[in-house]
Amino acid sequence: MNIHIPTPLRTYTGGLETVNVSGATVNAVFEQLTAKYPELKQHLFTAEGKLRSFVNVYLNDEDLRYLPEKEDSAVTDRDELTIIPSIAGGANC
Amino acid sequence: MLQISYADYEALRAHGEETYPHECCGVLLGKNEPGSGNRVHQLVRAGNTRTDSAHNRYNIAPQELVKIQRQARGLGLDIVGFYHSHPDHPAQWSPTDHAEAHWLGCSYIITSVEQGKAVLTNSFLLTGTSEEDKKFEDEAVEIAIAEHQANNQKGQA
Repeated sequence: MNIHIPTPLRTYTGGLETVNVSGATVNAVFEQLTAKYPELKQHLFTAEGKLRSFVNVYLNDEDLRYLPEKEDSAVTDRDELTIIPSIAGGANC
Repeated sequence: MLQISYADYEALRAHGEETYPHECCGVLLGKNEPGSGNRVHQLVRAGNTRTDSAHNRYNIAPQELVKIQRQARGLGLDIVGFYHSHPDHPAQWSPTDHAEAHWLGCSYIITSVEQGKAVLTNSFLLTGTSEEDKKFEDEAVEIAIAEHQANNQKGQA
């Protein structure tokens, strides 16, 4: 399946915006992804192996956090994953 | 250095005036040019989902970001930065801006809007290699005014 990589993380995928890896679940795909591009791991996951809080992952148009099976969701080669860090801030005065 | 057209520069400042007293936000599509920095090719306005505190906070819905990233891909462009406004507050990054900035290598433009009027616009480049060592650095902004004038002259001809 295709995984779309955000601009800051392309440093670790050889500049690629889209990478293709296989797997039966989102977790399996992430394992393949980080095996292929090991430096991505620390930027996506905490030391405990959880997705970092600011890293959003979309399976097609669905937020992974709100899917019933979350990271165990089944995927096919026709699905797409998009990794998108959050954008927020403000004067906060 | 961040390079942006005069039209886009004015458009992002106007966005801040339109949403005053709330913060506006949007995405900069373009290309990173090695040696010269981020060049903006297109501006995309985004909605501020922080309706609970829109006068001093902003957030772009991830779903909207996914669509914008898809749009960028279709155009052969990348997300190279973001912009937002600070209503009645300086055009300087705040601790909140820093804590919630995660796009290393991207430009973060901030416009101060005082009493509804855009005043200063500054850009900050998020540098570093990880969440642990990231920092904002002042970034020079080059506004392509000549291009704007040339287009105006063409329009008048």
